Amino acid sequence: MTQWVVACAAGDIDIEDVRRFDHGGRTFAIYRAPDGAYHATDGLCTHEQVHLADGLVMDTIIECPMHNGRFDYRSGAAKGSPVCVDLKTYPVKVEDGRVLIGLE
Amino acid sequence: MTMADAGMVIIGAGKAGARAVVGLREHGWPGEITLIGDEVFPPYDRPPLSKAQIVEAGEPQPILLLDEPTMASLKATWRGGVAATAIDREAHEVALADGSRVPYRKLLIATGARPRRLTIAGAERVMLLRDFPDTLALRRAFTGSARIAVIGGGFIGLELASSAAKLGCRVAVIEAQPRILLRGVPEEIAGVVAARHREAGVEIITGAKIAEIAADSVILADGRRIAADILIAGIGAAPATELGEAAGLAMDNGIACDDHMRTSDPDIYAAGDCCSFPHPVFGGRRLRMEAWRSAQDQAAVATANMAGGDRRFEAVPWFWSDQYDLNLQISGLPDEGRRAVRRPLKDGAFILCHIRDDGTLVGASGVGRGNLIARDVKLLELLIGKKARPDEASLADSEFQLRTLLKG
Repeated sequence: MTQWVVACAAGDIDIEDVRRFDHGGRTFAIYRAPDGAYHATDGLCTHEQVHLADGLVMDTIIECPMHNGRFDYRSGAAKGSPVCVDLKTYPVKVEDGRVLIGLE
Repeated sequence: MTMADAGMVIIGAGKAGARAVVGLREHGWPGEITLIGDEVFPPYDRPPLSKAQIVEAGEPQPILLLDEPTMASLKATWRGGVAATAIDREAHEVALADGSRVPYRKLLIATGARPRRLTIAGAERVMLLRDFPDTLALRRAFTGSARIAVIGGGFIGLELASSAAKLGCRVAVIEAQPRILLRGVPEEIAGVVAARHREAGVEIITGAKIAEIAADSVILADGRRIAADILIAGIGAAPATELGEAAGLAMDNGIACDDHMRTSDPDIYAAGDCCSFPHPVFGGRRLRMEAWRSAQDQAAVATANMAGGDRRFEAVPWFWSDQYDLNLQISGLPDEGRRAVRRPLKDGAFILCHIRDDGTLVGASGVGRGNLIARDVKLLELLIGKKARPDEASLADSEFQLRTLLKG
């Protein structure tokens, strides 16, 4: 069953930006796309376990700060070398000005 | 088989060679691909060789960039553990050490570079780092309280010094120049790195000329004796150009390429540490990069063109080094700048923005703990690629969002 966890306030993330969220010994990255929608993925790059929240969001792409691995953070899809393993994504909803992510 | 039926051939199975296999398929090449590597391992990642794989607890394994199943799924033929010995341009064939010949339609040379060796007596005792077996040998050497002398204060030497210090070795770095990282790294940043090494107990000796390598020490020209059980040299690398030279390709600090990564033979391309090319962002200045990302970017451009495309190489140079908890990143060409604007960041991290007389941003170099500098260096790289002339007061203001400059 999905457990909804508050990650941050909706205003904590600018448009086209990312923020780290740690919960239950795990780390996640929460994004806000140019259209204002929120998204969530695993927090570490699939290439070398680097925090994606330190990377740069460009449009709907997050670029890893270490080696420029790129993912579409809406789908988690890896967008070419050096990464070829997709990121896991999580459902997100906004309630009462708070961003919640759904964990199994 | 005639040349028209022949496939694409890649000599060299490093970062560029691996990227080229993927690149040829991405760019729609439907025919054969043969990847030739003189190491027995399929292409593997080299950055960890001086860092994580030296210090990690268990016996490391090469981190493969392309494993055999992946190569099979890309319908690429892997010829590992066999060196290419000659390129026959007339016949469009590559000769291999086992006597076989591989015909090519287009050829990519991605042979990389080899570490330079010292030329003084005793140099045969000095360890080098280029490949995975070198890393295994260094792991065995960096035991307990071994005394390590690292000759050369460049990236390889300093990363190895950092790894050895982490393992509890006593380390001295011996640098011939007046400071470490003289080539390509601004003095202020080199100073931060040097201070961090000293904090970790590493002795840094600069302006030091080596007179002799003795059984248990390095003797300097001024008579100083640096006790050492293990000696390592990191004194630069020379491009591996023999095959290209023997085939009569034009040379210019490596195999000379045009801005499409094409050599003087229109059917032969080159990528990575072995070649030089003119860079359009820096007025056509000829560069030879020894950098991980540059190798893959060049391979991507070369393979696009091999597959019939028309792509120019214009990626802004970028590289990084990790030593202790410090991350150093450089993008663009700091030495093209005439002045530097300092951008302070959190926790002592900072970035120098290198600017030409006409105000064009040409380089960014930064140092800080963890990933503190990564995002701003990336934004500055995008500005360098656009030949932007950013407002210098904004660059110096750590509260100012660099992203704003990209939208102008």
